[in-house]
Amino acid sequence: MSDMIYEIRDLRLSFPDMAHKPLFGAAPRVEVLKGLSFDVPKGEVLGIVGGSGSGKSTLGRAMIRLLEPDSGTIRFEGTDITHAEESALRPLRRKFQMIFQDPMSSLNPRRRVAGIIAGPLRLQGVQDTQSCVLEALDMVGLPRSFARRYPHELSGGQRQRVGIARAVALRPDFILADEIVSGLDVSSQAQVLNLLEQLVKDLGLTLAFISHDLSVIRRLCSRIIVMHRGEIVENAPTVQVFDAPQADYTRELLQSIPLPDPDQVWA
Amino acid sequence: MSFLDVENLTLRIVRGPRILRAVSLSVDQGEVRGLVGESGAGKSMIGKAILGTLPRAIEVVSGRIRLDGTDLQTLSARERRRQIGAQVALIPQDPLTALNPVRRVGPQITNRLVDILGWSKDNAQARALELLDEVHIPDPARVMRAYPHELSGGMRQRILIASAFAAEPKLIIADEPTTALDVTVQKQILRLIKNMQAKHNTALLFVTHDLGVVSKICQSLSVLYAGKVIEDTDTRRFFAGPGHAYSQALLHATPKYTDPDDSLTPVPQQVIDAVEAEVAEFDKGLGA
Ligand SMILES: Nc1ncnc2c1ncn2[C@@H]1O[C@H](COP(=O)(O)OP(=O)(O)O)[C@@H](O)[C@H]1O
Ligand SMILES: Nc1ncnc2c1ncn2[C@@H]1O[C@H](COP(=O)(O)OP(=O)(O)O)[C@@H](O)[C@H]1O
Ligand SMILES: [Mg+2]
Ligand SMILES: [Mg+2]
Repeated sequence: MSDMIYEIRDLRLSFPDMAHKPLFGAAPRVEVLKGLSFDVPKGEVLGIVGGSGSGKSTLGRAMIRLLEPDSGTIRFEGTDITHAEESALRPLRRKFQMIFQDPMSSLNPRRRVAGIIAGPLRLQGVQDTQSCVLEALDMVGLPRSFARRYPHELSGGQRQRVGIARAVALRPDFILADEIVSGLDVSSQAQVLNLLEQLVKDLGLTLAFISHDLSVIRRLCSRIIVMHRGEIVENAPTVQVFDAPQADYTRELLQSIPLPDPDQVWA
Repeated sequence: MSFLDVENLTLRIVRGPRILRAVSLSVDQGEVRGLVGESGAGKSMIGKAILGTLPRAIEVVSGRIRLDGTDLQTLSARERRRQIGAQVALIPQDPLTALNPVRRVGPQITNRLVDILGWSKDNAQARALELLDEVHIPDPARVMRAYPHELSGGMRQRILIASAFAAEPKLIIADEPTTALDVTVQKQILRLIKNMQAKHNTALLFVTHDLGVVSKICQSLSVLYAGKVIEDTDTRRFFAGPGHAYSQALLHATPKYTDPDDSLTPVPQQVIDAVEAEVAEFDKGLGA
């Protein structure tokens, strides 16, 4: 058994470019992931950062096989899932979960919190969803009474907790979080990040945390991948990315962050 | 006397709870004031009250808004609209929803000049081209003919900035204009707003929840909690601290990659309890 959660080699993925589709025939394709290679060891908290459109979400969706790559390989816990059929993926789906950016549009507004959290449990044929739901609420620090609420009755931070509860309810090995604190106030950001830090410790999770903002992930992540235009321009331990960045683009990202300090040189 | 003077402005949901609590703030010509607070604090409502675009569900209970010394309430509705249109402009948060998706960009800039200021179409067109150039948009004539979705987020925000400055307003309200952008684009846009503001000597009320951004472009700031101004200070003093306990807690919650230990600390419950008590006490003074 390998102690890698993911081994990714020369991953390529393209989309049809509808803007340049000729009247007859197929649209040309735009390559969005241009040959990515990296590993995610068990227990790692990996940050994936980069500007908008750099391919972060596409990479995330390919990793949990919501998208099928053009070429290259994705191994999850030793199994090649690059082109696996949905039937082969189904048993794996309880092991990798995703939390989406916008909690309001990713949570069904007409379902109560209990139903939202139970969704993936039912798909996996879990019998006693009720107790799993309550346990998941406990894990993310929401009162059990929230099971009966609707998403619109919750604050942004609380909705993100529901998203996290839904992801951890199945006790997955791996969670992919896509920009989950980007829309939140700093104080809610801090709470959600602390919660993730705690869950990683308590549940022995492996986590990939996608963000366009380097500054929020320094404490959470042990390693950071910096993406730019579909390529990995830097893959290094967090300390190195902040203290001795190698890529020009990483330096540009760092220098663009406005620190709460009127004396920061921000030229 | 400041260019913008908001005095004891209290708003509430019609027959419901207060949204703003005796808010006072002022912005001088050439000044950039930050308006800071967590989401729901009432930042956008202050901007809407000044622009006269409050939702129907919100009513003014009391207070005064003065532009260049003129109390807006003393004007007829028509004259008020004209004054606001001529003197105040908005840079909104989300450039995509602010621009009409089915119309080309050009008319969306020039119409304001034609309708509100009575310019001729040709003059408006020339001015728009000049401004797009001023906000560093390459090939302005082509961009004028583009539809919003054909442009990047940063480009759309530049267009709204150009549009806001087009009529030489005395006051600009920027409501979280860079929240939806990447840090690298945010930096360019903030610089652009700051340069344009300085060049035109505009008063700028800059709404944001990001104290990092405040420290870069604001001279002064007002911190809002539950519709109440809990601190009104100048930027250097604010960051030298310690001011109001809640503002300090917000500062400790702000991410600082250079100082991860003093970073992303949630606002402690006792600080929230204390500021809630302060607001409740203040409410007694405002009456029922
Ligand atoms: N379903 C799709 N069809 C066509 N192009 C897409 C699709 N999804 C994403 N893209 C394009 O792929 C690029 C990368 O997008 P994305 O992975 O969402 O970037 P990020 O998450 O880093 O902002 C962008 O140029 C985007 O427009
Ligand atoms: N159309 C509306 N009707 C009633 N209440 C509203 C409306 N819009 C906003 N509110 C309320 O007004 C308060 C202040 O909102 P807002 O000014 O948008 O906050 P901010 O901009 O600081 O996030 C919030 O509590 C919000 O729920
Ligand atoms: Mg994305
Ligand atoms: Mg707002």
